[in-house]
Amino acid sequence: MEFFKIRRDIPFMRHALAFNAVSFITFLAAIFFLFSKGLHLSVEFTGGTLVEVNFAQSVNLDDLRNRINTLGYNDLQIQNFGSTRDILIRMPVIKGVASSEQSTKVMELLKEADPSAVLRRSEFVGPQVGDELAVDGLKALVCVIVGIMIYLAIRFEWKYAVAGIIANLHDVIIILGFFAAFQWEFSLPVLAAVLAVLGYSVNESVVIFDRIRENFKRLRKLQTVAIIDNAITSTMSRTIITHGCTQLMVLSMLLFGGETLHYFALALTIGILFGIYSSVFVAAALAMWLGIKREDLIKNNSSGGDLDPNDPNSGAVV
Amino acid sequence: MNRYPIWKYIVIVVALLVGALYTLPNFFGEAPAVQISAAKSIFTVDASVQSKVKEALENASLPPTSINLDAGRSLKVGFDSTDSQLKAKELIQKTLNANVDNPSYIVALNLIPRSPSWISNLHADPMYLGLDLRGGVHFMLQVDMQAALTKRAESLAGDIRGQLRERNIRHSGISRDGQVIEIVFKDKATADEASRTIKDQFLELQTTQEPSNGEIKLRATLLPQAAKKIQEQALKQNITTLHNRINELGVSEPVIQQQGLDRIVVQLPGVQDTAKAKDILGRTATLEVRLVDESAEARSAETNNGLVPFGSERFPDRNGLAVVVKKQVILTGENLTDAQPGFDNQTQEAAVHLTLDAKGARVFRDITRENVGKRMAILLFEKGKGEVVTAPVIRTEIGGGRVQITGHMNTVEANDTALLLRAGSLAAPMEIIEERTIGPSLGAENIAKGFDSVTWGFVAVATFMCIYYLLFGIFSSIALAVNLMLLVAILSMLQATLTLPGMAAMALVLGMAIDANVLINERVREELRNGAAPQTAILNGYERAWSTILDSNVTTLIAGLSLLAFGSGPVRGFAVVHCLGILTSMFSAVFFSRGLVNLWYGQKQRLQTVSIGTVWRPSGSDTNSIASNEKSTQSTNKN
Repeated sequence: MEFFKIRRDIPFMRHALAFNAVSFITFLAAIFFLFSKGLHLSVEFTGGTLVEVNFAQSVNLDDLRNRINTLGYNDLQIQNFGSTRDILIRMPVIKGVASSEQSTKVMELLKEADPSAVLRRSEFVGPQVGDELAVDGLKALVCVIVGIMIYLAIRFEWKYAVAGIIANLHDVIIILGFFAAFQWEFSLPVLAAVLAVLGYSVNESVVIFDRIRENFKRLRKLQTVAIIDNAITSTMSRTIITHGCTQLMVLSMLLFGGETLHYFALALTIGILFGIYSSVFVAAALAMWLGIKREDLIKNNSSGGDLDPNDPNSGAVV
Repeated sequence: MNRYPIWKYIVIVVALLVGALYTLPNFFGEAPAVQISAAKSIFTVDASVQSKVKEALENASLPPTSINLDAGRSLKVGFDSTDSQLKAKELIQKTLNANVDNPSYIVALNLIPRSPSWISNLHADPMYLGLDLRGGVHFMLQVDMQAALTKRAESLAGDIRGQLRERNIRHSGISRDGQVIEIVFKDKATADEASRTIKDQFLELQTTQEPSNGEIKLRATLLPQAAKKIQEQALKQNITTLHNRINELGVSEPVIQQQGLDRIVVQLPGVQDTAKAKDILGRTATLEVRLVDESAEARSAETNNGLVPFGSERFPDRNGLAVVVKKQVILTGENLTDAQPGFDNQTQEAAVHLTLDAKGARVFRDITRENVGKRMAILLFEKGKGEVVTAPVIRTEIGGGRVQITGHMNTVEANDTALLLRAGSLAAPMEIIEERTIGPSLGAENIAKGFDSVTWGFVAVATFMCIYYLLFGIFSSIALAVNLMLLVAILSMLQATLTLPGMAAMALVLGMAIDANVLINERVREELRNGAAPQTAILNGYERAWSTILDSNVTTLIAGLSLLAFGSGPVRGFAVVHCLGILTSMFSAVFFSRGLVNLWYGQKQRLQTVSIGTVWRPSGSDTNSIASNEKSTQSTNKN
């Protein structure tokens, strides 16, 4: 079986401007949603109490809300979680109240309403912990970005590092944009998914850059644009098949992983799809705009155009 | 050209065997068990306890399926059903603990691996499941270090006042501003004398002088290293106090750990009653010093549960023996500033050294002067229940606020007693800043969900690979299975905590690991497309793909390590599995799968075709794909 029977190089770069425009618009839209709606952060980041309760039969949310409101919350969220028999209650941090007692009090009230109420899980996060988690998350993000940039700069050249990281950061912003636009819950596992996908899709750019470098060495007659087109075309089947396989796994999580893994898998899905797009179209195009040249990469390699099998940078092609 | 030397096959076989061995315990599941551990350091879990338990169980015809003694720490007794487990728990409880209110042994429900003993003897255990998979409570407590320091400064201020009075150094007021002690003097000479006194007597303080309103203000602050020591002690002591309290809950494997400089994490697997757990964690203990009632009635009340004389009360000591003490409280924990284990200067006996504040020292001197030869009891009250920690005989009058307790103690007991005494006096206040409860049903569901995700994802990927790449797809799928096995084996070996995000990472890392095989297979196809002979194509496929595989793993590893460094809780579980999975995938996807290919194709001298699916060649010669017209150079086989 072979999905990709491509006879000639696809002139991707001819449309580079169009692709970049598409990216730019999605990017702007993501930024717009991030600022207008903001992320719906989970209690882990905001601090507060979360209680998940299971009932024997479906319950009336309004009735429960009224009961819990007697405790004096003004910003209380109750929603169904998975089924009509499961509910999720979110309560903000209240100053002065021993917040760790909130869940206990709420459970008492719920048991009054319906004795079949069973506590599935509860979570209380103090405000100081939430701030720390947010800061640590940002630190991790910065660490990944810097680490990958250094790696790309060593492995290739600064232009590739910049192109690669911009392309993949644009993925991150777009994932965040989706979470803001649809008000999906942004939790710690989602953050982990975002960072994992960042590391994963950068290697897509690496594969293409690798092939560009190899083409620079082998195909001395060709122009930069043709070289990039050839690099993208010849790595395309691998790109789509590997991402497809990873997506199969993620899909399985989306289907079988339940509510807890739902947003995690969703973030991965968006990340993988946009990862293909950005590394193929955005990273290469950016590298082109930044003016990558044959001389940048092979200045030390005066011995000739042939591949040196002992060169650690050779042979990274698909 | 595609042959492995024999040692490479040996490496593969050994890795597979070790992997299989450590993966194995995960398949046997867990059996209900009763775990017995000592409640106090004076009791030990040894062979005598084991035989006692065994005898009791045999008499009640509750035959255990296994008895596992971890000498000095715990005894685990396995049963075939939860029903007999519960019955056995009751029975063992009664057998070992004469007094239920003051248990000598903690008897808790637990689960033990059902794996055969030869596996257990190799220390091959199933993966350690996190709270979100097994259910339980997680607390994070913040210790208020500032309060601990302030408290110390307060008691030091009192001590200084006493010292200055004793030495007749006149001052016009001692006050405490936060953690700074301020003393005002009329003239410089007195201030200097006071500085010297403080320097000699209080090694943890440093002093500075400054003039204010014609007087001299002396400021005494804690030395940084002294402050650090106080904080460390406060934390350690709080952890010990928590240990003692949690023992009461009868949790089989509590985790009580320091996190950072001022935090304590408590995890109680299997506990559902958060209210009770919180109550126990948040309880404060108080310490009281009283005199032992020496009357004849009291003596008889101690020995045969007789009537306690009026004005006295009966409390058990640490060994459960009754002590009758007077109701009048001489001192409370407020007056005790420190308690440290140590040795008597002359006899080298184990001892506990107490330090009292100025007021305490004064009262103590008077009391000891009047009661030489009598006994004095130090009681610890928790939850309204009192216990005599120690009841020593007063030998002489004790002045100066430094008290030494000796006699009938070993170093462990001295340590214990000192800790208990401090628990009632010094512990810095704690606040719960994070709490998580996971019900047992949710834990089981999470396991099932994680398991399903991994299984079906694996099946989908393997099916696709087999269809698309035929025999090479089968090799890739086997390599993927080996990857999963090695990952589980390493997680079991390290006993790293597996969480639901960890299971998600397992699925994700499998999805990413197949990347390496796709790279190789695509590359082999490309070599074939370019007209390379099958053996050469295989060789070059693996050689050329390697550097890309390394690249992709480095970038994913950068992300994984960052998460490991900055992540906490569930994210850390994700990062651990993610990083380990990337490492195992390098072995399985490249080294192992190459071994399979070599084994299959390597021997064949004249290989005509390779089963790797369609190798499509552009039919026309007008191809623009220049890459396919150029033959890449072939490197010699180094394998």
